[in-house]
Amino acid sequence: MGTFIAIILAAVLTNNFITVKTYGICPFLGVSKNTKSALGMGVAVTVVMAIAVAVTYPVYNYLMKIPSLSWWDFQFLEIIVFIFIIASLVQMLEAIIRKLSPSLYNAMGIYLPLITTNCAVLGVCELVIGDMSGIIGSGFVMNFGWAVLYALFSGIGFTLVMLIMSGLREKLNCCKVGKSLAGFPISMITASFICMAFMVFTYIV
Amino acid sequence: MMKNKYGKIAMDGLIFNNPTFMLVLGTCPTLGLISSASSAAGMGLTVVVILTLSNILISAFRKIIPNEVRIPAYIVIIATLVTLARMVMQKFIPDLYDSLGGFLALIVVNCIILGRAEAFANKHTVLESAVDGLSTGLGFTAALTIMGVVCEFLGSGSLFGAKIMDFSIGLFATPAGSFIIYGLSIALFTYVLGTITRYRRVKSLKLSRENLLDGGALAEASAPAAPAAAEIKEAE
Repeated sequence: MGTFIAIILAAVLTNNFITVKTYGICPFLGVSKNTKSALGMGVAVTVVMAIAVAVTYPVYNYLMKIPSLSWWDFQFLEIIVFIFIIASLVQMLEAIIRKLSPSLYNAMGIYLPLITTNCAVLGVCELVIGDMSGIIGSGFVMNFGWAVLYALFSGIGFTLVMLIMSGLREKLNCCKVGKSLAGFPISMITASFICMAFMVFTYIV
Repeated sequence: MMKNKYGKIAMDGLIFNNPTFMLVLGTCPTLGLISSASSAAGMGLTVVVILTLSNILISAFRKIIPNEVRIPAYIVIIATLVTLARMVMQKFIPDLYDSLGGFLALIVVNCIILGRAEAFANKHTVLESAVDGLSTGLGFTAALTIMGVVCEFLGSGSLFGAKIMDFSIGLFATPAGSFIIYGLSIALFTYVLGTITRYRRVKSLKLSRENLLDGGALAEASAPAAPAAAEIKEAE
């Protein structure tokens, strides 16, 4: 139970993907203009992250290296294999959603093609196969269940920050901003305040 | 004329289409690494190598790769290059390999590389693509290094890891400080570039007006000749 809570807290607050690790900034700055699209993007990223880790983690640990065969070790090809799995997964997911539920496709399907080249998805796949004891606590041993849980809650943390940012940007539309600060610069300065707020959790946990 | 073309590509990559300040691409490694100038510069130089090679390869294969599967093909080329770069760096420059951390693998999904492949390399010759990759990469490196120097100095009072002043503002060693520095840098860059462009436009406007005046004077001078020409025509 302790590990369960530690993983959730680390994924959502202390090691939030946007504010602490700075993964997935492109959709964070690009798709956070209104709350509806931010929520759609966040949910799409969360789903893809969880499924991607559920596929890549076993592939990396049980298929790309077989302990009984000493010559079967292709773990150095992880980047190529992972990006291929993610790209085909996104394509498949898009086709399935379009077939099953057109209304869900209208709400979040348009964000799916953008996710292939999202740092957050490849980032979480790379993260869970590496050493995570620095993030969650010493003596932590990763397994399939923890990996998927971490990916799922990282996605939820991503969605949380996207929603906060979209709310702030909707308010920002009513403000007068200097000509050269308008657009990206003022969004980044706003984002910096969200980061400061999230820094506080590092001291609490 | 030829030199001029490559000069234009290089200036576009370095300044007018600077990937960091003008296009705002590749933001994840930028924000993650500018708290240290040396890792920012290392990231920039890695991207220069990978971007130049991927532009050359994609441009060389642009007639072979079918249009429908071009994006997966580009991603495979880029992923192979990143895997190679990662192995070389792990073997020969382990310090830089450690300081880049997860961002080294994430070069695969860096929008700059795929963006240049899609926007430039699949329409231009190998040499032009190489120049474009080199200059865009150097524009990225320059932007990252400048922000890295500012951010590292404010965050820890040091420059490329060497301590020069005994002060530090802890905020600038975190992503919050990186966001502020990046935002203000974009604002400053667009302001300076806007001012220069406006100044040049005013100058060229003045120049063209002078030309017009000169042209007017010429027209007046040649005005008496016109009736003469008409007379000749009548005579014919």
